[in-house]
Amino acid sequence: MKNITRPKRFYYLATFFGIFVIFLYGPMFTIVTLSFQGPQGGLTFPMNGISTFWFERLWEGVGVIDIWRGFRRSIYLGLVVMMLTVIFSLLAGLAFRKRFFGESFLFFVVVSSLIMPSIVVSLGIGLEFQMIDDFLISLSEKFDIAMLSDFETSTGLYTSALGAHLTWTLPFGLLIMFAIFNRFNPSHEEAAKDLGANNLQTIWHVVIPIIAPSLVGIALFGFTLSYDELARTQQAAGSQNTLPLDLQGLTTTVTTPEIYALGTVTLAFSFAIIFSTLFVVNFLQRKRSSHGSDAGKGMI
Amino acid sequence: MVKSKVISILQVSPLIIIFIFFFIAPLILTVTVSFWDYSDYALIPDFTFRNYHEIFEDCMIDLPDLCVTFKTYLSTLKFCIIVWILTLVIGFTIAYFLRFEVKTMTVQIVLFLLCTIPFWTSNVIRMISWIPLLGRNGLVNNFLLNIGLINQPLEWLLYSDFSVILSFVYLYTLFMIVPIFNSMLRIDESLLEAAYDSGASGFQTLVNVIIPLCKPGIAIGSIFVITIIMGDFITIGVMGGQQIASVGKIIHVEMQYLQFPAAAANAVILLVVVLLIIYVLTKIVDIRKEL
Repeated sequence: MKNITRPKRFYYLATFFGIFVIFLYGPMFTIVTLSFQGPQGGLTFPMNGISTFWFERLWEGVGVIDIWRGFRRSIYLGLVVMMLTVIFSLLAGLAFRKRFFGESFLFFVVVSSLIMPSIVVSLGIGLEFQMIDDFLISLSEKFDIAMLSDFETSTGLYTSALGAHLTWTLPFGLLIMFAIFNRFNPSHEEAAKDLGANNLQTIWHVVIPIIAPSLVGIALFGFTLSYDELARTQQAAGSQNTLPLDLQGLTTTVTTPEIYALGTVTLAFSFAIIFSTLFVVNFLQRKRSSHGSDAGKGMI
Repeated sequence: MVKSKVISILQVSPLIIIFIFFFIAPLILTVTVSFWDYSDYALIPDFTFRNYHEIFEDCMIDLPDLCVTFKTYLSTLKFCIIVWILTLVIGFTIAYFLRFEVKTMTVQIVLFLLCTIPFWTSNVIRMISWIPLLGRNGLVNNFLLNIGLINQPLEWLLYSDFSVILSFVYLYTLFMIVPIFNSMLRIDESLLEAAYDSGASGFQTLVNVIIPLCKPGIAIGSIFVITIIMGDFITIGVMGGQQIASVGKIIHVEMQYLQFPAAAANAVILLVVVLLIIYVLTKIVDIRKEL
């Protein structure tokens, strides 16, 4: 590569960028460091020795809250949200390639959901499920329905919380699908159809393999946004706290480095997910480009 | 063709069902309930302006002194404007650097990901990670004390307007970077060369060519930042030490006291304010064309 002489501007901007990156990652670095605080250490520097004491404490559970239950709940819910986000976004993305009645209204709704203040969504869903509860309870009282006899509430992780998360992850999924299909070359599909593939075969054997890296990207959005979601879950999770809800509660009650240890664990988990996803995306893209064309390789 | 229309509708139906049930219906309910009455333990279906009346009670009589509602909206708007300016300037600069100063694609992708990765981690964790830095005995205070710049720890670093603004900028600058960067990617470099050949200085090119072409990205980023901050109660709660009022926080507190109609009325007002802002911004750009 030839040596480019950079204008002075480059160095100013590069410095600014560097400072921004330190700003982004510096604080995370501090809590990871502080989580290895010695047993006598406090919430701030100086480090009072180095130990894994707070991780051991964490392993035994933080006070009265079973933090690992929240952790498991968030992972399971995240996986469900991830699957639904990928499937629903893909289907909707395919539909939006053609014109259909009400498409611009639907697009407007989806985008509104993305930029709607989360507290409004959370309040609405909370209200809706409260009314469903009232309705079901009055129904069971009136008709003495055995199935509803010990009914308590319809709010829960896989009803209201799942819905609340989807209103947040699906817009991202759909926007990514739009971005993909705006750049998608339809000649691949036409070629498949010319060769006699039906619609389903074309989607399964041609479209999906081409957009696979982006679908993995949508999966990443689906899982991580659900796993970390707090604002919309607040009124929608019922009595079952997810990890971010537990975390928010702990910020006011825990006064030991244990909370940093917990932060470190969740950060490590997130980073593991992010990097393995990026690795998979990269792998899929390489695989695709290496198989991209067999032009000039002969007939057989 | 009828068959293909049916297929389209079937494909999009899961999305429609989810958004009707978890977005549109809840919004309609919120608006409805905002006109309901309530007692200590129950919602009473009604058509009353009581909730709205209570929000703006005394607001007109006490003028020019501001009532609680106006004060809260003003304080939230203040955060909104400060954070908007900061994220816009920082976000634009970062996007500009990535787009025009980084020459190789791979480096561009890596640096872009470097900015994006924190977005996929927990907001709460990233917020509390500022506490050991900003606290009374935190790193910043100790550093300033050690170099002799201050004699006693600064109290306004944590649980203050400062820490709230800092966290907002920290958490949401990305929402500016991505759309502005996306707009910049579409700028044809030959336009910049043309500007240069016509004798424009770097600054003139920035103001007359790049910024106008980034307008859509700037608008989208602004919508994100403004709507998030208008409705926020978590960041203001945690980083403000639960001492700073915000519109989101009022709603949150009312929900905790199960005063749903009052919360709903506040939510409706918040919604109207936010929709007005978005309406103005979408008049400037067609979002769908920008993807």
